[in-house]
Amino acid sequence: MNKKYRINSGVLFVFILALGFLTACKGGKKAPEEEIPVTLPQDNAAILKEIKQAERIFNALPSPLESAMLIKSAGARFDEALLNPVTNVNTYVTSKAMALNLGVYTCDLSFASLYEQTQLLIDYMNAAKKMADGLGILKAIEQKDIDNLEENINNSEVIMEIVSQTFMNSNSYLEDNGQPATAAMVLVGGWVEGLYISTQLVDINEFNGNKLVGRIIDQKLSIDILLNLLNSSKGNPAVDELMLEVAKLKTVFDKITIDTTPVRPEYDAASNTTVLRSQIKTDMTPAIFTELSSVVAEIRNSFVK
Amino acid sequence: MRLFKTITLTAFIICTLSGYADAQCKAFAKKECLPELGTYTHDGNYHAAVLIEGEEAELYKTFYSDMEYRVAIVGEDKLPAIEFRIIDTNKNVLYSNKDKDYASTWDFKLESSQQLKLVIKVSSFNQAGDTPASGCVAIMFGFKLKK
Repeated sequence: MNKKYRINSGVLFVFILALGFLTACKGGKKAPEEEIPVTLPQDNAAILKEIKQAERIFNALPSPLESAMLIKSAGARFDEALLNPVTNVNTYVTSKAMALNLGVYTCDLSFASLYEQTQLLIDYMNAAKKMADGLGILKAIEQKDIDNLEENINNSEVIMEIVSQTFMNSNSYLEDNGQPATAAMVLVGGWVEGLYISTQLVDINEFNGNKLVGRIIDQKLSIDILLNLLNSSKGNPAVDELMLEVAKLKTVFDKITIDTTPVRPEYDAASNTTVLRSQIKTDMTPAIFTELSSVVAEIRNSFVK
Repeated sequence: MRLFKTITLTAFIICTLSGYADAQCKAFAKKECLPELGTYTHDGNYHAAVLIEGEEAELYKTFYSDMEYRVAIVGEDKLPAIEFRIIDTNKNVLYSNKDKDYASTWDFKLESSQQLKLVIKVSSFNQAGDTPASGCVAIMFGFKLKK
């Protein structure tokens, strides 16, 4: 019995140490300061306790497709001049530039797709493909996806499905291949592009009651998620640079107040949907909006230059 | 020395298998979780990981008042039931699938935009002494414009 216990302990010891290596070889989804030191537990219950503590944290930013949908739902017009020209693709040679612009171009192509800008959609899909290929993301966007887009150019449902699939192929490849920093940069590029387009589309003369302004204020809710996402890859020089940029954005967002009443879930049996009821009060002034717009433009232009 | 070799070899095997497991996880997410979104448009984000019996994961996301959402959380068959709770910033539990027989999806919409936390927990088979079960858990979000 004792002998059996010793063998099990040995196996468990190797298993626990190997788990430590495993964390190292996969890259972290968790901020370094939250890592739990690997110790040798005495029995299975202790191991399970350790495992339970080793929780994973996902920071989910709005995807480029969701950002574009928010802009359209706010009744904004389409303006091609706001997109990053596809002629810029050859200027992006570093991994950071390609990752950020994969996000930027995916947001632009989502925007083009929702406004049925068919030729632009194909051009932007090709630009996104070039960025994904440059990052070595295998099979993220294949020629058959572009052919499929062309064949279904008037079918918005299929188009959105293709855009969503290709974006998922990119970020899943990066996550699964130990490149969470690059995956985070792609998301940041897409999020900043969505915010840039939104802020540029606001007519300051029609500021009050503007639905798009409401969607811009909502982005304050994601700024900490964005910082946490980047923080989990802290130490990567490109990510560290980005964190400084995003900190400037946070400083402006911190000037906006959002007061929400307690959330009250209400189930609607007819639609089998829960409505989360709450009221919100916000206070962004035109001056703060102008400042936010300027900081966003500065950051976005540094991504696409 | 022998112990060091064993550890190195085990770590190498686990690293290799982990890449394989992750690739499997992506395939699982696409095959089993994506269809659960039904008529909702998948946002394109990928959240999946190999979790162990008893392990918890948290996800933070902003949800917008213009949209209707479906969250789908699916675990591999070899795992016990996957429990998930939706919690607001005041730590109030807004939904728990435990009350709905561990349903894998939840449809909701919001009167005002909110940042919410999802807590996902792989429950336990409660079989003392057994190696804990592990498997892929995928989390996906679908949206459509509010009617």
